[in-house]
Order: sequence, then structure tokens, then C-alpha cells
Amino acid sequence: MEKAQFTSPWLPYLLLAPQMIIIAIFFLWPAAEAIRASFFLEDPFFGTATFVGLQNYSDAFAASDYQRTAWFTFVFVVLVSLISLGIGMMLAVSADRVLRGKGSYKTLLMWVYAIAPPVAGLIGVMLFDQHIGPLVEFVAYFGWDLQVGVDYWDTGFAMIVVATWKQVPYCFIFFLSGLQSIPTSVKEASAIDCRSETRRFWTITFPLLAPTTFFLLILNITYAMFETFGMIDQIVKDQPGNSPVTLVYKVFRDGFRGNDIGGSSAQSVILMILVLALTVAQFRLIERRIHYT
Amino acid sequence: MLRTTLMSAATAALVAGTANAQTEIVLWHAMGGQLGETVNALATQFNEAQSDFAITPVYKGGYEDTLTATIAAFRAGEQPNVVQVFDAGAATIIGAEGAVIPAEDLITGAGLAFNADDYIPGVRYFYADSSDKMVGMPFNSSTPILYYNVEALNEAGVEPPVTWEQFEEIAPALVEAGYVPLAQSHSPWIMTENFHSRHNLQFATNNNGFDGADGTEILVNNDAIKTHFTKLKEWLDAGWYGYYGAGWGDNQTPFENGDVAMWLGSSASFGGLRNSTDFEFSATFLPYWESITPEPVSTFIGGAALFAMSGHDDTENAGVAAFFDFLASAETQKFWHMETGYVPITQAAYDLTKESGYYEETPQAEVGTLQLTQAAADWNKGYRMGFYVQIRDVMNREYGRIFAGETDVESAFAVIEEEGNRLLERFAQTTN
Repeated sequence: MEKAQFTSPWLPYLLLAPQMIIIAIFFLWPAAEAIRASFFLEDPFFGTATFVGLQNYSDAFAASDYQRTAWFTFVFVVLVSLISLGIGMMLAVSADRVLRGKGSYKTLLMWVYAIAPPVAGLIGVMLFDQHIGPLVEFVAYFGWDLQVGVDYWDTGFAMIVVATWKQVPYCFIFFLSGLQSIPTSVKEASAIDCRSETRRFWTITFPLLAPTTFFLLILNITYAMFETFGMIDQIVKDQPGNSPVTLVYKVFRDGFRGNDIGGSSAQSVILMILVLALTVAQFRLIERRIHYT
Repeated sequence: MLRTTLMSAATAALVAGTANAQTEIVLWHAMGGQLGETVNALATQFNEAQSDFAITPVYKGGYEDTLTATIAAFRAGEQPNVVQVFDAGAATIIGAEGAVIPAEDLITGAGLAFNADDYIPGVRYFYADSSDKMVGMPFNSSTPILYYNVEALNEAGVEPPVTWEQFEEIAPALVEAGYVPLAQSHSPWIMTENFHSRHNLQFATNNNGFDGADGTEILVNNDAIKTHFTKLKEWLDAGWYGYYGAGWGDNQTPFENGDVAMWLGSSASFGGLRNSTDFEFSATFLPYWESITPEPVSTFIGGAALFAMSGHDDTENAGVAAFFDFLASAETQKFWHMETGYVPITQAAYDLTKESGYYEETPQAEVGTLQLTQAAADWNKGYRMGFYVQIRDVMNREYGRIFAGETDVESAFAVIEEEGNRLLERFAQTTN
């Protein structure tokens, strides 16, 4: 391979600059500001701040529902990430096999992705509404008195369903393109060697999809953790009450609803550390087992 | 070419001239939908009634969104002249000394008349400071009242309850008739804050918080309210009380559907109920426990007030004063009250509405005002607590847990007290 060399030592930095500036303005600066604010309690109007050391952190952990919120967040993230991966993969494999009308299947399956998150939340609210929700009426036939907003896990169930529903098409798109990039020769060779379609899937297709799966897993976790608070706000109708909420929703609630800038910053710094640790762990543990072609 | 330039210059001068003559005032509010239309109508009336000022109302989303937007704007030096802030946010904006000009100072400063006694008792002090000076201009004020389905009560052969003791007597008959006897839409506001005002119980130290954020502690962990919630849980288990979550609408819908016989809501819910129900309903005062007090007093208001933001020049402030004066006038209040269902804030406006015969047709519309004009006492002027949005969240969560059987009344109120006090302490640190 031919190596290209920049003529000026400054040129690469110059070309990188736009990206770096964007990262600095939209990520590094707010993150630094959050870390600073997490050590203060400030008057929202004047920004006059009192240094309180680690009090915001200790108060965040001392809240009686912190543990429960963290636990729900964990359950929520794991279930939403894995179920949407599973369903997305299943649908992609099935759609890949369809010979006639492939295009319309794909379009139909991708449609949901075009729905804006608040609208998805709103549709979820309607489907799970205590008084008029069709899904509530449906499960009532099986003796399940589903009460979103009253029962803790019923509400959690609704959130997981709506969040998953929204993420499945995204996984579907990536899995489908992943499947299409598997060379036909490999597929044909495996078809000659093995008759069992299930076995072929697990030994050939699944490992070849691993890079896509890993990529989607990280994206799904980020989605479930950070991008779902709008939907959660819709489902709890702005009054979390005794409903399960995620850690990010609490950051949003305390910061933007309650004007507790210090407390909300401390909570977001905790999340930042958590996500950092999670990402490092993912790359260390999982990525090593993946072979990129 | 030259001519066009001259022409446009002349036009520009003309436009600038008219703009200079009228001072623009901006109002940020949180009234969506039909209420927003009524706010626009008020602005139009004000703009047409005089020529010095032109007010522009801007809808900024819900109450919390409006407050957050105001804070961001204030820090950037771009704050509007007037902003609508809700009851739970009052401590935040009043606590930020210098951010607002007290309404009373603004009005008297502009040479207009102001007399606190013109305002009905329940409204007068809610947005005032510790020396009773009115800081926020009461705007949309409502109070919790009991709505009842007339047909349901007739079917059961019972009268609407005045006390909770009476409720316990009539509830079995309503269950017999096939109804859930009771629901309510806002546990912190109706069953907590106004439980304290109705029974004249102190709600927080430091004069219910009015004397300053430092050292203010919530006094919610008392026997009276714990007995009340023990009863509510018993009623829930007996099918006398329906709890449909913390959301307002989820609890109102079963009443509108005719499943629930009595519903505690806002006096301002009247207009909406009139459109959404197809049965005859009426309203009465918020019940009280005779065992706690034989003499109930007036309740707190809920809703929001208008605050004049500092940092504007005298001309604009004069415009805000004129607008406040216009809002408090009997005619405007009567219009606002009849359009929206919020209570008229002055005695004169109430009298004017009464004279018009409005209450003879719709006696339900008068209940809120009558309740607010009941006896004034030590602990029903209002309360002032910071981070109150979060304190209400804690209440809603713990109440939900009581009703779900996840905790008992005793521990729930201990948690509310402890977390409430921690939040109050944190808030006091922000105002230092």
C-alpha cells in the first residue's frame, strides 16, 4: 500500500480542527461545567454559588429511591437492549429470506423508526392508557389488571415495550445490511455442508454478524439510558409518583423541573463515570472476541 | 434610485416613530390551549384600552418549562417583563432577591392605587412576603373543591358530605349503587397542603416558610394527616376510594365516565367538566374532619401568579404596572373568571359577577370563591418552601407506595419529612 504523507506538519491538525472544536463545544465544555456545578449549590437566577464539596453526591446517594431507580435503570437497559437486538435480528433474518415483495417488507419494518420519540411515547400512552388503552383491555381478558401509573412493574412493562418497539427497526436496518454483506459464496458453501438452517445460522451467520451486533449493543445501551427520558415523561404524564424512572429521567426532573442545578449535575457526573466504565468494559471484554472482516 | 432610498428612509422613520410611541411589554405564560386563547384575549383588551403600551403574550410550555426558560433568560439578561410562575415555584423566584419587583411596589411606584384588602382573603397573602407585601400578582387562582355526580348521589339516596365523618356514613350506599364513591386528582395539593390549611394546621416552621428559607422545616409528619392517610388506605381497600396514579387526568376521567361518584379537583376544572360530562354534577366545599376541628377555615389557592422581572427601564415597568392594574379591575376579573373558571381575585370582581346573575345559573362556579372567603386564620395564608417541585415528587411517590401496599403510613411520612427537610436545607444553601 502506498503511504501518503502530509507536506506540512500542521495540516492534519487543521483538518481535524472542525471535529475537535465540535467535540470541545458540545461535549467537553458542558461536561466540565457539569463537574464544576456538581460541587456547588447555586441560586438559579443569579448563579451565586456556595461550595458544598461532595454534598451533592452524598445527597444523591442518600435519597431513599436512588437504589430503586438505579436497579430499574439496569433492568430497563438490559431488557430494552437485548430484546430489541433479538427481535431486530430475527426480523432481519426472516426478511432476508423472503424472495417476493422484499422491498415492501423492509419499508414496513423500518417505518416505526421514522416516528419521533415524543410521538412514540404518546402512542404508547394511548395504547397503555388505564381507561381507554386497547392493550389494557386486551390483557384484561387474561385476568391481568394492567394499571400504568399505579402499579410499579406494570408501568415499567409499558416503558420497556414502548422503548423496545422504537428501537427494533433501527436494529433491523443494521442487521439487514450486515446480512447482505455476507458473501454468497460463504452461504452456498455452508448450505452444501450443513442441512440444518438453525445450525448454519449459529455457526456461520451469527459470528459474521458479530461486529454489527456489538455496534448495536453499544448503541442500544446508550439509547436505553439516555434517549428514553422523553418517552418516560410521556408515560408518567409528567408526574412520576410511584412509577419507575431511569437515572437520566431523574437528572432531567431535578435539573429542568426542579431547578436543582448542583444536585442534577452531580447525578449526571455519576452517570458519566458509569458510562465511561461500561464502555471500557465492553471494549475490553467483548470486542476482543470479535473478528472484523 | 435616490428617490427609492429617500422613500424607504422616510418609511423607516415613520415605522420607528410609531414604534417609539408604544412601549412593548412581553409576558411569558404557561397557559396552553383554550386558556392561552383567553390570555391572548386579555392582552388584546389591554392593548385596545390604552395606546401607551402593547403587551405580547408568549406561551412557553408548562409551568416548569416557563420557569426554567425564565431562569435561562434572566442569566442571559434577556428576561421578559412579566412571567407567570406557579405555586410550587414561588419560593424559587421570590427567594432570588432582586430578580423580581414586588407587584405592590410596582403599582404604587407608578402612582396607581393599591389596597391589599381589595383582594379576597384566600388570595391576598399567598404570593406575599413575610411583611405581607404582595410580590406576585395573583393571576390564575383556584382551590380544591368536591364535585359530585347528582344522579349518583340521588340513586344512593345520600347528600354530599360536609365532613369526612359524613363521607364514611354515605360511602357504603354509593358502593351499593354501583359507584366508586371518591377519587381525587392531586394528593400533594388537595390531600396535603390544603389538608393543613382547611384544618388550620401549621405546615412548616418559620411561619410556614414565609420568614425565610434558613432553617425552614416541613411539618408534614403529624398525627392528623397520618390518620387521614390511614383512612384513605382503608377506604381504598374497602372500595370507597379509587386511586388512579399521580396524574391529574387519570383520576378525573373515571368521574367523567360516571364510574366515580365524587371527585376532588380544582375549582377551575368546572369549565372542562361542563364540556366532558353528560350527567348533572354539582360542587361543594372540601370536606374536613370534625374530629380535628369543628371550625374549618379557607383553603390555599393553587395556580400561578404574574411576576414583574427586574432589569427593565421605568417606562416598561410603568407598562407592567398598568397591565397589573388592568388585570385586577373588576371587569377583567369577571371576564377571566367566567371564561376560565379561575376564581375572581378581588371582592369587587366577585360582587360584580354575582350581580350579573351568573351564579344563579351555575352555582358550581361560586363554590371556590366562597371557600376562599371563609375564615382567615394563622395557617391558611399560604406556605413558602423551596425545591417544592421535588418535595411534591417525594409525596406523590410515598403516597403511591402507601396505596400499593409497599409501605405503611408511619414510614411514608417519616420519609417525606426526612427527604423534604433535606431538600429544604439544600434550597436554603442556594439562597445564601
